[in-house]
Amino acid sequence: MSSSTVTNRNSSLPLRIEALVKRFGQVNAVDGISLELRSGECLGLLGPNGAGKSTLIRSIVGRVIPDAGTILIFGAKADSTAARSTLGWIPQELALYPRLTCRENLQAFGRYHGLGGPVLGQAVARCLDWSTLADRAHELVKNLSGGMKRRLNMAAGLIQQPKLVLMDEPTVGVDPQSRHHIFEMIEKLRGEGMSLIYTTHYMEEAERLCDRIAVVDHGKIIALGTRDDLVRDAFGTRSQVLAHFGGSPDRVVPWVAAHGGQTIDGIAQFTIAHPVEIASLLEDSAKAGLELVDVSLRKPNLESVFLHLTGRELRD
Amino acid sequence: MFAIIRTAMVSLRRDRGALSLSFILPVVFFSIFAVIFGGRRDTTPKIHMLVVDEDHSRASGRLVQGLKQEGSLVVKSRPEPVKDVEQPEYTAATAEIAVKEGVAPVAIIIPHGFGENPISFVPSDTNRPTIQLLEDSSDMVAPQMISGLLQKVAMTSMPDLMADQGSKYFDQFAGGLTREQRDRLNEGIRQLRQRQESGSATSVSGSEGGGIIAVNARAVVGENKNNPMVSFYAAAIGVMFLLFTASGAAGALLDEAESGTLDRVLSSRVTMTSLLLGKITYNSLLAFSQLVVMFLWGWAVFKLDFWSHIPGFVVMGVCTAVAVASFGILLASICRTRAQLGALSTLVILIMSSVGGSMFPRFLMPEAMQKAGLLTINAWAIDGFTKVFWRDEPISHLWPQVLVLVTIAIALFAIARRVARRWEVA
Repeated sequence: MSSSTVTNRNSSLPLRIEALVKRFGQVNAVDGISLELRSGECLGLLGPNGAGKSTLIRSIVGRVIPDAGTILIFGAKADSTAARSTLGWIPQELALYPRLTCRENLQAFGRYHGLGGPVLGQAVARCLDWSTLADRAHELVKNLSGGMKRRLNMAAGLIQQPKLVLMDEPTVGVDPQSRHHIFEMIEKLRGEGMSLIYTTHYMEEAERLCDRIAVVDHGKIIALGTRDDLVRDAFGTRSQVLAHFGGSPDRVVPWVAAHGGQTIDGIAQFTIAHPVEIASLLEDSAKAGLELVDVSLRKPNLESVFLHLTGRELRD
Repeated sequence: MFAIIRTAMVSLRRDRGALSLSFILPVVFFSIFAVIFGGRRDTTPKIHMLVVDEDHSRASGRLVQGLKQEGSLVVKSRPEPVKDVEQPEYTAATAEIAVKEGVAPVAIIIPHGFGENPISFVPSDTNRPTIQLLEDSSDMVAPQMISGLLQKVAMTSMPDLMADQGSKYFDQFAGGLTREQRDRLNEGIRQLRQRQESGSATSVSGSEGGGIIAVNARAVVGENKNNPMVSFYAAAIGVMFLLFTASGAAGALLDEAESGTLDRVLSSRVTMTSLLLGKITYNSLLAFSQLVVMFLWGWAVFKLDFWSHIPGFVVMGVCTAVAVASFGILLASICRTRAQLGALSTLVILIMSSVGGSMFPRFLMPEAMQKAGLLTINAWAIDGFTKVFWRDEPISHLWPQVLVLVTIAIALFAIARRVARRWEVA
């Protein structure tokens, strides 16, 4: 492959990260992450709090200086003006001016990105429309509901019409109805072909919105692929048995471990190749004198994958 | 109840801002005002005065010498040397200009012929020479003190002249002395003169006479002012509140940092330098608007002569506003939270305002404190506004205040920019 081909490939990629490292004191917040985002793709960063997702996002935005590694946004360095003009960032915090109206907030952030005149007016109208806040355009932000603030927070990150958008847990603290509303907004963006990075610790969000998912833990990507890839790589065609036994954990936990399972939050979890294996498992538990309270069979999901890979719950 | 006390005490102990406001600020304030109001006698302010001796007689020389020996006065007969070149003695005209410029609050001019008839015990004596006392009426203390001291010095530094003058009165009104009495009196006067010239005369405190030297006081600054202290307090109080407003407005930076808005702004095309410059420009405009309101109120209610001083007001207003805005941004950059900013700004601004003359005129403070006041924005701003509104000085005379305030603004901005690097990137 010639060097010009490599350059073209890099510049056409919305995001390319190589061997990124960021330390805070003794903690490796990002520990050698490499990643590529394809054009029009939505890549989910899934991991518990403190996994390094936000540090990774802030590095891409240029708000954190990496200790090592490179980040290219459409071929431009992350903290360059060229990168900033193509990059939209929706931070986890409600980064808005509470005493300004919705329209004034969008105008302010538009001006910060160099917009003005009719272009700014059109951008503000587009963002108000996208976030369905047009009828609240003149409302002070401090008077909006939590869900509305979240939507405006997202709209402010898109005011300059970026080609790549980073969303850092945009649904934190919102009610189910507002979350659904936000999903629709994101799906609309996806329909327009926008490239997205979406961080969350909600498995169902990642499954619904993302083409590929990177599971992040302790600053590393421990698995990357589509939802089905991840499940298949971790479990193959196997299923999971979740069983709740009564009685003393001193008896239950060793028995579960002896049968190849794990006990997490009092629930015994086993992986079985065929559903019929559940019968022998239950029979053995009865012979051991364990009191079965509840049992279920399920197909593994992303949470199962995470648990399988890290031994921890997603929402520790 | 014990639990409530214990909880409150633990909270206070962990709130450094509240602790400093509770214990450090009162002690600092107490110390400042104790020093100002003479808690330490050796720091009592000396009064500066200029002397023009047009007479150059033995009597005028003795009077000047007597004034120079007064511990409470700093007497100058010529300006400070410029580049080690001694300057010519003050004349009546240059001394008046110097008083107008605030070099000293008082100047006296000893006229020609003073030595021929220096003192008089007859108030209505129209022939006696009159000392001109040029005063800056913004200083209500110095002219009064110097008037009194002139009479005192006349008595303590010229006893022989007093005796000589007394004998003349005796000759005039009582028919004269015998030859023997005249010889004895002359011998006494000679001894007094010898003692005086040998420097052995002692200063007699509290022996002020009543008008044995004719003095004609004339205000050369503020003679046409309606209310002498209004312009001073408009500037003094104004600057103090400007400082509070500026630090409060700069606190928006901390709010934005806390809410994440600052991160979002800095992820756009806006750089930290342009952000801080924008904040300082806004805070300067706010401060200048406050000054306009303050002085307009002074004009409307207290007859402050605002409209004839617009150019000087604009120059001083802009410089002061920029300096306080930079000061506010620096405080906000240093602090981590709004609470910290509130405590620190209260502490620093109240100290600056008390030392810098916003609460009490600096010319009434001890010299050391007057010099310390020059480290504050308040002092330079008040001096500048006083030049404009009180002394009616031209704008060109504001250059020291403009230079210092602009330098302060640039220096504080540079430090704030350096400190603000902590917000730029992690």
